[in-house]
Amino acid sequence: MAIYIVKRFFMMIATILIIATLTFFLMHSIPGSPFDEERTSNPTIQANLEKFYKLDQPTHVQYIHYLKSIATFDFGPSIKKPNDSVNKLLARGFPISLELGMVTILVAVISGITLGTFAALRHNGIIDYAAMAFAVVGISVPNFVLATVLIQQLAVNWNLLPPATWSSPLHMILPTLALATGPTAIIARLTRSSMLEVLTQDYMKMARAKGLSPMRIVLRHALRNALMPVVTIMGTMLAGILTGTFVIEKIFAIPGMGKYFVESINNRDYPVIMGSTVFYSAFLVFMLFLVDIVYGFLDPRIKLHRKEGDA
Amino acid sequence: MESRKFAPIDENQGGTAVAQEPARLRKRNKTFTDVMLSVRDLHVSFKTFGGEVQALRGVSFDLYKGETLAIVGESGCGKSVTANTIMGLIPKPAGRIKNGNVLFKGKDLTKLDKSEMRKVQGVDISMIFQDPMTALNPTLKIGEQLTEGLRTHQKVSKTEARQKAIKLLEVVGIPNPEERMKQYPHQFSGGMRQRIVIAIALICEPELLIADEPTTALDVTIQAQILELFEEIQERTGVSIILITHDLGVVAKIADRIAVMYAGKVIEIGEKREVFYSPQHPYTKGLLASVPRLDLKEEELQPIEGTPPDLFAPPIGCPFTARCPFAMEVCDRIYPATTGLSATHAVDCWLQDERAKKVFGHN
Ligand SMILES: Nc1ncnc2c1ncn2[C@@H]1O[C@H](COP(=O)(O)OP(=O)(O)OP(=O)(O)O)[C@@H](O)[C@H]1O
Ligand code: SF4
Ligand SMILES: [Mg+2]
Repeated sequence: MAIYIVKRFFMMIATILIIATLTFFLMHSIPGSPFDEERTSNPTIQANLEKFYKLDQPTHVQYIHYLKSIATFDFGPSIKKPNDSVNKLLARGFPISLELGMVTILVAVISGITLGTFAALRHNGIIDYAAMAFAVVGISVPNFVLATVLIQQLAVNWNLLPPATWSSPLHMILPTLALATGPTAIIARLTRSSMLEVLTQDYMKMARAKGLSPMRIVLRHALRNALMPVVTIMGTMLAGILTGTFVIEKIFAIPGMGKYFVESINNRDYPVIMGSTVFYSAFLVFMLFLVDIVYGFLDPRIKLHRKEGDA
Repeated sequence: MESRKFAPIDENQGGTAVAQEPARLRKRNKTFTDVMLSVRDLHVSFKTFGGEVQALRGVSFDLYKGETLAIVGESGCGKSVTANTIMGLIPKPAGRIKNGNVLFKGKDLTKLDKSEMRKVQGVDISMIFQDPMTALNPTLKIGEQLTEGLRTHQKVSKTEARQKAIKLLEVVGIPNPEERMKQYPHQFSGGMRQRIVIAIALICEPELLIADEPTTALDVTIQAQILELFEEIQERTGVSIILITHDLGVVAKIADRIAVMYAGKVIEIGEKREVFYSPQHPYTKGLLASVPRLDLKEEELQPIEGTPPDLFAPPIGCPFTARCPFAMEVCDRIYPATTGLSATHAVDCWLQDERAKKVFGHN
């Protein structure tokens, strides 16, 4: 297990490095520069600025400089907002994005698993059909469409909830709803199908033959096994929610990372792009790593080191 | 290997005591007199897309305290459904008990609601399943799987339950039980797992053990060990056992009585030696004639030509008619009455009718 974790850790570093490198060269292959808009500024100032941000140096020197900044986790100042360092922007935006993401995951996991479990236990019953109808809709409607509909109906037409920003729990409801519906539907479907399969297993029959309470049979015997596939998709789902936050933040005017990220790309604000990409990919890769470990704990048959072969 | 041989059947062979002393069965020097389980005219059906499967069509038998009753018969004849019905494990709403009773010590189990039935499951009656590789929950430590039944049904502390479980593991022959409690099923071999399943079944000291093909999934040497374990447990606790099996070698080894099922009915029942040495139903005869010789490996009971009838629309007469070499006109139309040949031996076949005996001579 320890060996596996160490191994995975190095792979994690390698992955981040690859992502960072790709981002760097992609960014530099796109024409344009951070100073394109400022046509009025005179060439000397521009040259000085480029010098300040080391943009005048050859690409490989910039690359090495960039790697250094990753290692020290200091991406320097933003080009467009010279008063803010990239780290400062991250520190300001990320907690909000994280909050949105975490609340979404929590809502999606809890409601998805509950829904899927009840659907399976009432297989072919009304709850089952209703849950699956919801799931189909939830999976097929994109979150930005849902967000717009929610704002229009709940906020504008019925005036039930605030339409935008992130200032109170009440403000959090709509964005969370918009972002969590898709993942909830996916988790519900997956839980249901794997639960249906688990319910036919011999060990479930054995649990019933022991005269255990229905509660214990479902929670202790069925759910734990049924959740394996759910845990495996948590990684990709996390990525989906993470990128989803950018869009949702934009729609609901939430001052999270998404806003800075989109702005930085539009402005070719290299340090911000690099910083946030590296930070986000590191975060994601780390979450995937956690998911793997959780999986190992849930299923004792998967001794983590045995997965080395296909990891 | 000895368990596979057919004769000698048991040491009582040749004694006439049983015939003279009806309603008494003997095992070694014990006699069985108290009926503990009485299955009466059980009809069980399943609704499926193709229609209604009449899995049991009037199953009756008694089980005595302390005996081992073997239920044999071809695949699909209703052995498992019988076991599941007794155990209260018929999947609802697809499965339904249409008629009949399961009287366990005078209490009709078919009349109990779910929560009442839970007080019987694992407490009075326990079940052992065919495949030990799938019967244990892969994600729970075997210690928990052993003790949870006890903790559900009796007011015992965690440590008490643990100690009892460890002792039981020792009884069923698991070395280092204390450490093994912390392990997961995948860390045990098939034979070991079946021992654990047996220990789980025994934890609340049930009076009846239903084992549905408990050795089918195991290899030969392990099979023999598990059968010995059953005998040992019975000797120790006096538990009654219903043993469902395909393997007549297993029957020969540990059964006291045999019930032969065919198409959802018990067509012949009797003491082991009665059924083995003077089988009366043509189907039973067919089964026994097909008993494997030592030079053959396969022991599946599918030697009689033809297939059992469709249980969606079972025949009104004798279900064996289509395959029976002695079939008469009446067989197809009317189900034969049960004929008692001795106090312990009974058979459903028209050949027992006086009129048929005239036609065929004695048989
Ligand atoms: N849940 C169910 N739904 C529908 N039909 C069922 C169900 N369980 C059993 N049956 C049917 O009932 C009949 C008896 O099945 P059962 O499992 O008792 O046979 P068996 O004697 O145990 O056979 P085997 O030796 O293969 O285990 C079969 O025709 C089977 O198809
Ligand atoms: S009743 Fe008739 S068909 Fe059935 S077993 Fe007896 S002789 Fe054969
Ligand atoms: Mg069966």
